[in-house]
Amino acid sequence: MKIALFATCIVDAMYPQTARATVKILERLGHEVVFPSGQACCGQMHINSGYMDEALPVVTNHVKAFEAESYDVAVAPSGSCVASVKHQHPVLAERCGDSALKARAEAVGAKTYELSQLLVDVLGVTNAAEQLGSHFPHKVTYHPSCHGMRSLKLGDRQLDLLKSVAGIQVADLPEADQCCGFGGTFSLKNADVSSAMLQDKTKNIESTGASLCAGGDASCLMHIGGGLSRTKSDATTLHFAEILASTLDEPVSVTGEILVGKAGVR
Amino acid sequence: MSNVFMGMPTLPVFGDGNLHIEEPFPAAAHRELGNTQMRANLRHATHTIRDKRLKVVAELPDWEQLRDAGSATKNHVMANLPALLEEFETNFTARGGIIHWARDAQEANQIVADLIREQDTTEVVKVKSMATQEIGLNEYLEEQGISAFETDLAELIVQLGHDKPSHILVPAIHKNRTEVRDIFLAEMPNVDPNLTDEPRLLAMAAREHLRRKFLSAKVAVSGANFALADSGTLAVVESEGNGRMCLTLPETLITVMGIEKLLPTKDDLEVFMQLLPRSSTGERMNPYTSLWTGVTEGDGPQNVHLVLLDNGRTAALADKYGRTALNCIRCSACMNVCPVYERTGGHAYGSTYPGPIGAILTPLLTGIKSEENSTLPYASSLCGACYDACPVKINIPEILVHLRGEDVDSKRGEKKLPSQMDLMMKGGAWAFSSGKHLGLLEKGLPLGKLAGGRDKKIKRLPGIAAGWTQSRDIPAPPSQSFRDWWKKDHEPVAPINEQEKLTK
Ligand code: SF4
Repeated sequence: MKIALFATCIVDAMYPQTARATVKILERLGHEVVFPSGQACCGQMHINSGYMDEALPVVTNHVKAFEAESYDVAVAPSGSCVASVKHQHPVLAERCGDSALKARAEAVGAKTYELSQLLVDVLGVTNAAEQLGSHFPHKVTYHPSCHGMRSLKLGDRQLDLLKSVAGIQVADLPEADQCCGFGGTFSLKNADVSSAMLQDKTKNIESTGASLCAGGDASCLMHIGGGLSRTKSDATTLHFAEILASTLDEPVSVTGEILVGKAGVR
Repeated sequence: MSNVFMGMPTLPVFGDGNLHIEEPFPAAAHRELGNTQMRANLRHATHTIRDKRLKVVAELPDWEQLRDAGSATKNHVMANLPALLEEFETNFTARGGIIHWARDAQEANQIVADLIREQDTTEVVKVKSMATQEIGLNEYLEEQGISAFETDLAELIVQLGHDKPSHILVPAIHKNRTEVRDIFLAEMPNVDPNLTDEPRLLAMAAREHLRRKFLSAKVAVSGANFALADSGTLAVVESEGNGRMCLTLPETLITVMGIEKLLPTKDDLEVFMQLLPRSSTGERMNPYTSLWTGVTEGDGPQNVHLVLLDNGRTAALADKYGRTALNCIRCSACMNVCPVYERTGGHAYGSTYPGPIGAILTPLLTGIKSEENSTLPYASSLCGACYDACPVKINIPEILVHLRGEDVDSKRGEKKLPSQMDLMMKGGAWAFSSGKHLGLLEKGLPLGKLAGGRDKKIKRLPGIAAGWTQSRDIPAPPSQSFRDWWKKDHEPVAPINEQEKLTK
């Protein structure tokens, strides 16, 4: 299968190793990965902040970039960005009165999958140890990000994949379904409430005794990891793609540059 | 029929009353977050209701279909509102009721005060009602020398405590029972000075206090949960039975109801009477449901009035992307599951309607430009818990985003210096609307390392970004973006491990 990678802006710029892990997993399964070079961002930050006029060129760019490439399916290691591509792009196009763009955005959206969705629903991966050779001998806990859980209805796909990694120990996160408080520019505009939500999330993570909190959205992980780092916690965050990419021969290399908090794994 | 003619307004008539917040949400939230007693009470209460709701909802295999049916019925009502209102008016009037149309809070308050004065009294008992809170009826009546006594236990606590409700279903959710006891001891006439904080004793004290009021009041004021167009019937759904007393004992009953509360037929109650109790109190069924149709000679109130309130509802209906907010049946499920509400409480929202529904309904009723109401749609992380819980499937996150757009657009014309957020968004639009632009920007990423300390973390940022670093570090950016790595190294394909060495 020819799979187009939508790296997402934050992963592209700040967490390149997450996109590289995604490529690694897909190639390991024997698929061809392409990277549409015109891609930039899904526009979610603009849309969710109410800057619709400014969001329009961003959304148009995304649609164009993915129309320019030929592929079977597109994938992004982010529930939130995929939800935006699938649900927000057509709505924005309609709001801006561009029905042609709406139809094009719907077509791109229909072919776009979140990573665990693609792995489980399309590629039939249910056992990461067996099918991907995933090996990660560490204790982790897992935070399901809101947009993946509620907009995309990912259910336990990410968690089940994690649990099927060889050597891993997955501890249940108390109040896992509660939002971490990131919310894009919410974290700036309502910094106090966002911080209060973050505090509860980091406390719950620490109560598990795991040194890593895995998740599927780099932005939430940056926020949670940043909070853990500020409170000098021993725990930090890691994208589940990197755990799936980790094998006995090539264990995930977690450097200080990559993780916000103290690296739990070296 | 009063002489107020609603007619066809040429411009949207926005609502007034207790809908205008005076303080921006972030500032109010900052204050409320500091109230640790309130936060503990609220956390306990919302989590308890949440769990109860989940349990009773899980019992119904057709819950999702019920939500769909509720949503479809309400959409139908909003699409046919003028015709249904007329049908309701005809039936209500034919059964001896009298309808009054009120364009806004001011008109509604005047109508109610005049009707009370006609009965030659200065005291009324009240059934818990959101609409009368929205129009500020109690305060208005007080100015007119009329005392309104709240009879719902929680409303009574709020009223005696000279406080404001903080939740639409449990107005005193921010108080624990010790605080309630203290309010009763200080404010309730003839209260037993040895009153403890045992819930049963607190309820008995309230009952004794209220019983005197029920028996002497000549006029009751209520809201309504539903109005059935095909029969002209009104319905109130409650837990305590105080409402039933108000609806049946006094000679005169005045109901104030928003025009959006209509249902086409009594059969529709089948759906809503399953949705509402389970979503609000987490009960399979509520203890008291009262339905009344006009006047029955020799039984119950002989003067039955209904004030149909617009107060911005027509304006909300005109908003294509916001109008489903009118489908709300005020169950309060959205606030019970909201992580923002859980931490700030209802007072931070500054309006009669708190929580997620308040964050959309308040600015829809008043217009986005009203005072600080434009800060309300930002009071959400867009986590979507409210949408999942809403029994009539109002897509609250989508409407929040829509209203943020209205807010930004409403400020575009203003000749002010662009805000930091404006600049950030304009810059972002440039960077994110082309792979080339973003690639160029990413080339500068290694410079970001300078901002990071020896531990490669950025701990303080200026301007609005300081909101981020008040509680979170940020990693110094990597040496190479994914895009660059891909370009340089993926073709010809090299194993990732090799590349990793290169980036170090
Ligand atoms: S918006 Fe939905 S969940 Fe919230 S109070 Fe209204 S009906 Fe209930």
